[in-house]
Amino acid sequence: MTVGTYGLAFGAAAVANGFSVLQACLLSLLTFSGASQFAVVGVMGAGGSALSAIATASLLGVRNALYGVIMAPHLRVKGFKRVIAAQVTIDESTAVALGLQKRGSDAMRHGFWLTGLGVFLFWNLFTLAGALGAQVMGDTRAWGLDAAVPAAFLALLWPRLERNQDRALALACIVFALAMTPILPVGLPIIATALIAIAVGLRR
Amino acid sequence: MNPLWIATIGAGLVAFTLKYTGHSIPAHLLAHPKIQRINTLIPIALLSALVAVQSFTQTSRLIIDHRLAGVGVALIALLLKAPFPVVVLSAAISSAAAYRIF
Repeated sequence: MTVGTYGLAFGAAAVANGFSVLQACLLSLLTFSGASQFAVVGVMGAGGSALSAIATASLLGVRNALYGVIMAPHLRVKGFKRVIAAQVTIDESTAVALGLQKRGSDAMRHGFWLTGLGVFLFWNLFTLAGALGAQVMGDTRAWGLDAAVPAAFLALLWPRLERNQDRALALACIVFALAMTPILPVGLPIIATALIAIAVGLRR
Repeated sequence: MNPLWIATIGAGLVAFTLKYTGHSIPAHLLAHPKIQRINTLIPIALLSALVAVQSFTQTSRLIIDHRLAGVGVALIALLLKAPFPVVVLSAAISSAAAYRIF
């Protein structure tokens, strides 16, 4: 249900921001990481360069690499299977696998594959549906799509704000990004906040 | 090549490379606690900035428009512990309503 709505919102947002249906579907097939995909669409839609869109998406995708490091010893896959495992290494599949840690590596593997492949299937189907839907909508602002994107980002951010210092970081990044918007080229104020995160992480 | 295509293909290539690298490097290389910490902080920073920029800017201008109604309702929905679909849908509906009224 959640994956479905999010996929629909992504497909629709991609088309609303000027991407074709094919490009929306390729983003979901190739990038397959919700926050990164929304970042590409958001930065390009706001008039940013392709480079800043790719950079923002990639910085958001770094966490998938660390998920891969965590999952690899449990999956123990090689060759083509590793390619597939890598592609479905995302928040959801890793979270489910880690949730099953107490039940051993077999349960973790099972949970990882089931979640990863399941989300992949539904995410791509609903992206296509959302992209086709947005094509027939006309003015997507009149359907609230331009607010659905920041709302989706906010919903992704929300569960990460349990600690006070994380809330402070979030607030600082909001203020920074808005303050830099009239000064820096579109997209850069967003990427620059990653530097704030790195500075905070190194100091703590 | 059209920038939208560059962004589409480029983001996909980097995303996969990152995922595959994670599966292929020795675990101890990234085990440092500071790297783990930065890994949890970067999404917080980028998602916060994306919320702000997508809600209150248009290209290089700060602006308050109908989207504020949508994001405000999304915030209330999250405070009420609403599930993801409800958050996004209620945001879209209220933003659409504000857009049609103003």
